[in-house]
Amino acid sequence: MSATGIGAAVRRKEDFRFVTGTGQYTGDVVRPGETRAVFVRSPHARAKIKSIDASAARQMPGVLAVLTGADLANDKIGNLICGWMIHSKDGSPMKMAPHPALAANTVNHVGDAVAVVIAETLLQARDAAEKVKVDYEVLPAVSDPAKARSGPQIHDVAPNNVIYEWALGDAKATDAAFASAKHVTRLDIVNNRLVPNAIEPRAALAEYDAGTDQLTLWNTTQNPHVSRLVIAAFVGMAPEHKLRVIAPDVGGGFGSKIFIYPEEVVCLWAARKLRWPVKWVAERTESFLTDAHGRDHVTHAELALDEHGKILALRAKTIANLGAYMSTFSSSIPTYLYATLMSGQYDIPHIYCEVDAVYTNTVPVDAYRGAGRPEATFVVERLVEVAARQLGLEPAEIRKRNFIKTFPHQTPVIMAYDAGDYHASLKKAMELADVKGFGKRKREAARHGKLRGLGFSTYIEACGIAPSQAVGSLGAGVGLWESAEVRVNPTGSVEVLTGCHAHGQGHETTFAQLVAERLGIPFENVSVVHGDTDKVQFGMGTYGSRSGAVGMSAIVKALDKVEAKAKKVAAFMMEAAEGDIEFKDGQFTVAGTDKSVGWGDVALNAYIAHKFTGAQLEPGLKETSFYDPTNFTFPAGCHICEVEVDADTGKTEIVNWTAVDDFGTVINPMIVEGQVHGGIAQGVGQALLEGVVYDKDGQLITGSLMDYTMPRAHDLPSFHVGMTETKSPSNPLGIKGCGEAGAIAAPAAVINAITDAIGTENLAMPATANAVWKALQSAQPRQAA
Amino acid sequence: MPTVSMTVNGKAVTGEVEARTLLVQFLRENLRLTGTHVGCDTSQCGACVVHIDGIAAKSCTMLALQCEGAKITTIEGLAEPGRPLHPMQEAFRENHGLQCGYCTPGMIMAALDIVRRKGNDLDEHTIREQLDGNICRCTGYHNIVKAIAAGAKAMAKGGAQQAAE
Repeated sequence: MSATGIGAAVRRKEDFRFVTGTGQYTGDVVRPGETRAVFVRSPHARAKIKSIDASAARQMPGVLAVLTGADLANDKIGNLICGWMIHSKDGSPMKMAPHPALAANTVNHVGDAVAVVIAETLLQARDAAEKVKVDYEVLPAVSDPAKARSGPQIHDVAPNNVIYEWALGDAKATDAAFASAKHVTRLDIVNNRLVPNAIEPRAALAEYDAGTDQLTLWNTTQNPHVSRLVIAAFVGMAPEHKLRVIAPDVGGGFGSKIFIYPEEVVCLWAARKLRWPVKWVAERTESFLTDAHGRDHVTHAELALDEHGKILALRAKTIANLGAYMSTFSSSIPTYLYATLMSGQYDIPHIYCEVDAVYTNTVPVDAYRGAGRPEATFVVERLVEVAARQLGLEPAEIRKRNFIKTFPHQTPVIMAYDAGDYHASLKKAMELADVKGFGKRKREAARHGKLRGLGFSTYIEACGIAPSQAVGSLGAGVGLWESAEVRVNPTGSVEVLTGCHAHGQGHETTFAQLVAERLGIPFENVSVVHGDTDKVQFGMGTYGSRSGAVGMSAIVKALDKVEAKAKKVAAFMMEAAEGDIEFKDGQFTVAGTDKSVGWGDVALNAYIAHKFTGAQLEPGLKETSFYDPTNFTFPAGCHICEVEVDADTGKTEIVNWTAVDDFGTVINPMIVEGQVHGGIAQGVGQALLEGVVYDKDGQLITGSLMDYTMPRAHDLPSFHVGMTETKSPSNPLGIKGCGEAGAIAAPAAVINAITDAIGTENLAMPATANAVWKALQSAQPRQAA
Repeated sequence: MPTVSMTVNGKAVTGEVEARTLLVQFLRENLRLTGTHVGCDTSQCGACVVHIDGIAAKSCTMLALQCEGAKITTIEGLAEPGRPLHPMQEAFRENHGLQCGYCTPGMIMAALDIVRRKGNDLDEHTIREQLDGNICRCTGYHNIVKAIAAGAKAMAKGGAQQAAE
């Protein structure tokens, strides 16, 4: 391993600009003549728009326009879409309601935009927005997904507010297994709704060049090409080749910046109408009201076991709240990214999972770090833990009795796991966590009035999204391959143009590590280009822990082509046969001789083209690859959480966190560990602190950082992170991906630990001090062993 | 419109601002110092932390006019172009104390204030408690804590540029 190659903890190239404040985020971009947009948003969860009077607003200083949903419809701008078709059990397609970027007739959630004010300055736009008079006829709303079916019908296309009634698995065989089971564990679980809250708020800056009829959009997006395609082809804003989307530095995404939102559509439309650049930056409260929320499942789950704790079957029925409109990928999260992981790490013969997706008058829900897999892991790992306690088995023991041990393993829920060693990660985690010493620590803590508990979470996820044909057959409207272009310059430096887009993951460093090692060139001589649809050919973006597994694989394939061509050039240079050329450590050598030329010479010769004719070889050294993975990848691992609960206050302190993950090949362990840390923090946030609260009228009670508790440094411990490695056989580098693992594993580990500490069977998230204290009043804390 | 004058990163500046203009808006929009970031609207997140007369403050919760005559240091003022980074900046890079970078300027400015108040030998518990006013969504804080401890020690080794004058 070289100091800058695969496996090295290379310090990041990106960091210089970030630590000096010279990064360029969308809100930092300034265009000449820039105007500012402020949206007028509904204060009601559901209402008819009777009229909009913008006459006063239009008179105010600096105001250039006030545009409404009616204006948008008149200009024939199309609706936003959900791009993944899901069919119900009866074969009917999902009920996708129209979603215009500005509501014209009805508003369906607090925060739904009805108009936009464009003014010369932000303060002028804000002042004018307050003067826009909207006359609403307030209608009854429903916010609770469990009550959606009996609530007022929100959309004409969806009776009973049902979007789809979907299922996966063999109901008959599963029910039969349950009927004959010696033991059944049952749990009612709410996976609490979350707000992603990337620290950079969403922003859009649109500019129109009338001379060339060209639109440019700077946007906080994780996938500029997908945004461009949807806005061009589906919303109908402009032909695709007349729209450029640029994602500059993006300050965190976690899924929330994948989707195509109303604001960028409106900014583009307004910029073309007004012939001035239009910029919008979300305020944080606005983020709460418009960024896609995550999770929000209500589930009844059951596990059937024999008398030895061997799992026979699992079944679950979930109500998934998708909010007021179907966001871009929303339909897939509680279906193909959820039910397909219900086998967990276990050999479960029969599984049946039903999911009803419903509309409510709340912010739309879509992917948020883990996207369906935290929900699945929570169900499986809570069932297994509770079953273990009911059967008197140790958590490690019940898992060992049920782990999948041979691969490939076909689960009953589509996924075929390719490679793994779950026992190895469990064993290593138990050692690192000193599980043996837990009993002693628990007794010691009890002497001080503290209750210690231990919680396991052995999770698996499906990442490296995804093989295109497979997801296409499941309803995806796009393929999920990735593209890479490797451009060698005459002076030997290299640009890698990738369709991925980092928003914290360090691609400028890790992708350069890969290329530098392969070509034997200095790490400093490789730059990574991403985020601009004018520079980079179509790519699918960064989410679903795919940039390593899919994005880097595309780079590998392009590098293969570069190497092959470079060898041809070298052969001409050394007057040897192409088949005799070997390439190693940046040197091209004629096999069996000491004739060699270096990378730099070969690169230059490829462009000077004196050593060969055009008929023999095209000049230049630049290759492209589109890589379509052959399977999902399956990162998996074991997290062990040790907590100490104060019996008097209910406050939980995490006294130790151990994570042992199998991510296959690791390019930069420092970056991978950072991803695990961040994921765990979000999972702990879900388990202990975070949770969206709506009142029954659809008012968002947790509407700012004052009410919604984000994890701070003092809420978290330092983490003990280890790794095992079974390479993925599904891509050339053997990478599984690591970005979401912590968020997937953590919530179950925390709740398993607290329920262990206080002796209750179940506990809702977030397990705040108040909630834990209340549970303690009626619990019998378990005695130390 | 009122005028305000202050010193920012050692340079005297003057601007015309509405009375309600926040310091962070003045820095970002009038002075084009976009390293100081806005992450929230309730003074929780800390992405906007700068130093005012040597003390850390949230620039989203100060009016520009309140800073008449003050000496402001922003993230851009820690190291001159072409010169070595401040030890705290270097420590964040060395310890992977950042991912997306958005909270980072505020974290670094807050970290310097922790050193000012608590010294160069900072333990984990102290750092975590002192970061109550800074939210990071990416890192889980583990490496931020390491970075601040390392940066504080490095500052003690001398040759450190003081962020506050």
